[in-house]
Amino acid sequence: MTEKSSKRYRVLVGKPGLDGHDRGAKFIARALRDDGFEVVYTGIRRTPEEIAAAAVQEDVSAIGLSSLSGGHVRLFPAVVEALKKFHAEDIPVIGGGVIPDEDVVALKKAGIIEIFRPGTPLKKILAAFHQACESYHHKAFR
Amino acid sequence: MGEVAHLINGLRKHDPRAIGRAISIVEDSGESAEILLSSLDESLIEQTLVLGITGPPGAGKSTLTSRIISHLRKQGIRLGVIAIDPSSPISGGAILGDRIRMMRHALDQDVVVRSMAARGRLGGLCSAAGGVVRVMANGGCSTIIIETVGVGQSEMDIVRLADITAMVLAPGLGDDIQAMKAGLLEVADLLVVNKADRPGAEMLAMDMEAMIRNRKSSHETPVCRTVATEGTGVSDLVAAIGSIDQQHRASGEHQYRRKKSFQLEVIDRALEIIRPELFSTLKNLDGKHELDPGRTARRLVKMLLLK
Repeated sequence: MTEKSSKRYRVLVGKPGLDGHDRGAKFIARALRDDGFEVVYTGIRRTPEEIAAAAVQEDVSAIGLSSLSGGHVRLFPAVVEALKKFHAEDIPVIGGGVIPDEDVVALKKAGIIEIFRPGTPLKKILAAFHQACESYHHKAFR
Repeated sequence: MGEVAHLINGLRKHDPRAIGRAISIVEDSGESAEILLSSLDESLIEQTLVLGITGPPGAGKSTLTSRIISHLRKQGIRLGVIAIDPSSPISGGAILGDRIRMMRHALDQDVVVRSMAARGRLGGLCSAAGGVVRVMANGGCSTIIIETVGVGQSEMDIVRLADITAMVLAPGLGDDIQAMKAGLLEVADLLVVNKADRPGAEMLAMDMEAMIRNRKSSHETPVCRTVATEGTGVSDLVAAIGSIDQQHRASGEHQYRRKKSFQLEVIDRALEIIRPELFSTLKNLDGKHELDPGRTARRLVKMLLLK
């Protein structure tokens, strides 16, 4: 552990829907671990409700969703909706995967704060998680 | 202050967000954690059953835990699960993956699952585990299962904290000499041979039974055989846990263990408080270099007590 008692952020990484390609999700989970995050990994084939319920129980500061099969248009916003159902819409959601240009705008409109596509430098993704966690804590703990 | 009162109220209502937040506060320790923990209802904590599930990595602890949850849920029990995984010694980060095996309970509001990182602690638990048990008890969980980090032979923290500890084993991890060795095997209340459909499982179970027969202990340690992926043997295991719990409560063993666990946690916390004092006093000792750490330690403690 680092000497400076920096806050340990807890995040959730998961894959909603039937897409079984978890290479991206696992890569991001490991990268977050190596950057000092505690990553609750929920694995493949989860419903949006299951992901939201887990995020609430685990009290994570951010959620990372991965999709490589085209289901993101429906499934990412469904996670945001499920969070609302659990009164947890303040938990920021970040998405990543094979996502065409025209979908990015729609997903951001639906409440996904960032979308990362193949080729994005890892640093940028980690910075987004840090920022999301910091702003969540700033709000949650005043 | 206001926030803690709000959370205590939420715990009483079994509000998932309040429980999650309260656990985070306890995990991060500090002043709010102290206020929160001291505001909890002790009677709820006394009534709970704290069940420890321990064993080597890959033995099937999480899968078995999920099956035990299913059984207890059929009895209408609201329960908590603390699943601990190791922290990276390099980055301090962690992958908390036990929940994957328990996702079938994800939408059951009466199964409160919390994944936690060991955060540098080496005994198989995280230091906040005791506090989290108390929070979950106040969130209405009457049974709390603690799944340790995958452990080897000496990680005894769970035996201290839990009322009953089950050690999960699987075939293929060593011969009968392993069964003879001192350590965790001796102090577990139950031994579970999981993956009992695999070659070598019956041999392992028999080795364990032989080890127990040779023991001088007054009570018998059951050896249960399970196939967690299929649910085989789990009802027998749950029954065995229940009967041990009854015995322990009737004989006073339960109360004795709780008291001892409390004392050990107090000592742990006291040492945590003293640790920085020891460091600063040691700095004052510097200059006079001694070669014997034992002697230096005794001098250090003497100086601290004189302060």
